Amino acid sequence: MSKRDLALRVGGAAGDGVSSTAESFAKISARSGLHTWTYSSYQSVIRGGHVWTQVRGGLDPLLSHGDDPDVVLCLNQQTMDVHQADVLEGGAIIYDVDSVKPDPTKIRKNVRLIGISLRKKAQTLSPNALMRNTVALGAAVALFAMDFRHVESAFKDIWGDKKPEIVQQNVAAARLGGDAVKDLGGPLPLGLAYPNQAKYLMTGNEAVCLGALAAGVKFLAQYPMTPASSILHWMASHGPKYGVVVKQVEDELAAMNMAVGAGFAGVRSMTATSGGGFCLMVEAIGQAGMTETPLVAVLVQRSGPSTGLPTKTEQGDLNLALGAGQGDWPRAILAPRHPEECFSLTAKAFNLAEIYQTPIIVISDLYLGEGYRTVDKLDFNVPIVRGMMAADGGTAKDFKRYEITESGVSPRALPGTKGYQFIGATDEHMESGELISDVLAGLPEFVEERRKMHEKRMRKLDGLRKDSPPPEMWGSRNADLTLINWGSTWGAAHEAILQVEEKEGMKVNSLEFPTIFPFHVDEAQKLLRGVKQSLAVEGNYTGQFARLLRAETGYKPDHFYGRYDGEPFASRDIADKILEVVA
Amino acid sequence: MALEQVVKPSDFATEVHNDWCPGCGDFGILRTIQMALAELRMEPHRVTIVSGIGCSAKTIHYVKTYGVHTLHGRALPYAAGVKLANPQLKVLCLSGDGDGLGIGGGHFVNAGRRNLDMLYVIHDNGVYGLTKGQASPTLKLGVQTKSLAHPNINDAVNPIWLALAAGATWVGRGYSYDIKHLVSLLKQGIEHKGYAFLDVLQPCPTYNDINTKEWYGGEDRKDANSGRPLPRVYKLEDEGFDPVVHEPLEIEKKATQALEKALEWGDRIPIGVFFKNEHVPTFEERILQRVPTYMDNPPALQSIAGPNGEPRTDLTRLVQRMTFKGE
Repeated sequence: MSKRDLALRVGGAAGDGVSSTAESFAKISARSGLHTWTYSSYQSVIRGGHVWTQVRGGLDPLLSHGDDPDVVLCLNQQTMDVHQADVLEGGAIIYDVDSVKPDPTKIRKNVRLIGISLRKKAQTLSPNALMRNTVALGAAVALFAMDFRHVESAFKDIWGDKKPEIVQQNVAAARLGGDAVKDLGGPLPLGLAYPNQAKYLMTGNEAVCLGALAAGVKFLAQYPMTPASSILHWMASHGPKYGVVVKQVEDELAAMNMAVGAGFAGVRSMTATSGGGFCLMVEAIGQAGMTETPLVAVLVQRSGPSTGLPTKTEQGDLNLALGAGQGDWPRAILAPRHPEECFSLTAKAFNLAEIYQTPIIVISDLYLGEGYRTVDKLDFNVPIVRGMMAADGGTAKDFKRYEITESGVSPRALPGTKGYQFIGATDEHMESGELISDVLAGLPEFVEERRKMHEKRMRKLDGLRKDSPPPEMWGSRNADLTLINWGSTWGAAHEAILQVEEKEGMKVNSLEFPTIFPFHVDEAQKLLRGVKQSLAVEGNYTGQFARLLRAETGYKPDHFYGRYDGEPFASRDIADKILEVVA
Repeated sequence: MALEQVVKPSDFATEVHNDWCPGCGDFGILRTIQMALAELRMEPHRVTIVSGIGCSAKTIHYVKTYGVHTLHGRALPYAAGVKLANPQLKVLCLSGDGDGLGIGGGHFVNAGRRNLDMLYVIHDNGVYGLTKGQASPTLKLGVQTKSLAHPNINDAVNPIWLALAAGATWVGRGYSYDIKHLVSLLKQGIEHKGYAFLDVLQPCPTYNDINTKEWYGGEDRKDANSGRPLPRVYKLEDEGFDPVVHEPLEIEKKATQALEKALEWGDRIPIGVFFKNEHVPTFEERILQRVPTYMDNPPALQSIAGPNGEPRTDLTRLVQRMTFKGE
């Protein structure tokens, strides 16, 4: 049986060009018509250290970046030392024969050693040997017997039309690598029939940006923080063409306050950060809840606590998102599982934010945010709903910005609209916006007024619940075991289920929550009724989601599998855990 | 923006109950804001005033424009968000000295780098009034106001120096008991093209028993001949001080003389305009370089959906380019 997928792992020191080489290969894979999925293991250094990226391509939709690779591309000796034992039988290792030495005792049988004078070959094209990665990349393309047309196309993508000479030089370098493979035994006998129908390739963060653009975002304020920075970079590059003002600010306090201020002025506004930055934003996001200002905040999680592992993944900020800000205020937390949902849920978040005039948090993580994935189809025709505006129906005379209504939503007015001037306040206020926090606080009439105003705001949760996507059960009915998970864990969970169903004949399904909050209690309870035994799988120590589930429904998962070492879930580990708990 | 008909300060008044202490310097600032907006013939709905937290922040409830009473220390970035989203609005931002120079000090510095076209006013009384009189960042070293257990162990920041160092392109100081002068300063600050910072000396009659109205007015030191008080506050313009950078080569000279003047305190306290430089592009002008439609069709006013909620942003080509540019 021929293989249906392939995996290339590129390793080296930071500054060696690991990520650009891997990104090129991902583009080539997507152009070859393969479903593609990447994962980068990198470090918080600018130069040196050890970084690697795995690119997996498959004829069928993928669910993870895979386990052991078919080919490892070593840009230094350390990569050989660390990864040579992982290469699958029938695979190959590409390295510079003049500077890197394999250890045959550590390598599986039937692995081909593709030693090429990468540096010397690159120097024939340019004295500084900058293109040695490209020579190695060409060797990988040849080993996988991919069409070299895609190499040129991918390079044009990277360097654009402005630098044709660089594209041509790199194509020549890749060809040198390809020719070397011919002399070293030719392609691997993998037997993959490439469809050569190009697919969209994007990261979760790019999909968030596209979702935001489709929904009409026109303002982003952000402070750089891994792994959310690529949202700032992407929007700075592409936003202005769409009339988006992108502002890099002095800190996350400013980012959130500025984004809220822009939302007050009437623009669809967003900010993005990771856990540490979100910590600085919590007072200001609560401000938007209190002043009933629309806002979308994207929280791309990394390993905590504190500075933690800046370049590693985790799902440990759920409690932070749930509890951000003092007091109770209505919020929704949406957790995309894959780039398609990064797009669709971000777009949805902008509608929810304006309909309910409150902040919406989109929570993803490094694994999803930074990894490249192919995306089959995005529906750019996202419906736009801007919520209740005072000037659309009411009159300025009886305008009350915080009018108490059954839905909790009050008519909104934007600065610049004649006659509707009001003061929004973070202090508790009356329907008019006038304060009840100062000389009126505690007077019997205003004790009642405060209660009513607080209830009005919190009533928005009912609408937010109704308008947000419910939990979903994926897989077999009447399963022996149900995996309970959220966010990016979805992929490895599905893959593990497919593995145990195929190998062990078990029936396992997966209960997933694209909306974390407001919790869909009724739908969750309905789905939980059929669960025989459950295993909660999430990327943190305490089972933050499992605790929420228990608090909201009274249901306690039977088993818990948390991962908090910085690495994404591997399907084989989840599969082992499934076998362990079911046995 | 300006109205044809007569605009009166009362057009900017609200009926909200005012709960400042009697004799508070904030009354002068409130009144002068209403007067300045009226004299500039501003339409109330085109003005947005953003405030932080503290006695100063309550001002906006008494001014009939759009406004937001935000968080302690965060008025400036919030105001920047409003202005960036809709540069057609006239934006004012009000803070106290603790609000703007203590908890919000980082934003104070960074606002100067942007040069957004807005006016930032600090109500400067040397104390945290609303929390019962603790020392604020503008209270001088060794001064002991009545609610302090010991003389102030910290030295004061100099708001004028800090604003100049941060890059504010218009820097002034007013006194809340000199109404006419303060109206003039507010009007100049509002009309300045770029980021204007106005420090307003504003006695706190409840907690600052040192820098009082009487102290500023020199009631404690009377002229031997006339018996009249010798005010500590004097006007820069009365001494022929020219704060304007007339051409870019003058920046160093004008900044230096402003810094020198800003060091004066105690017996002689200058008020007026310290520095004015319109040779720095505003942030709006900088954005305009990247987004040519920014001023005419700013973010907050762009139509993002058709009549049936269909999105106006077409991403098909972008995604094609993003993904398959080389095809």
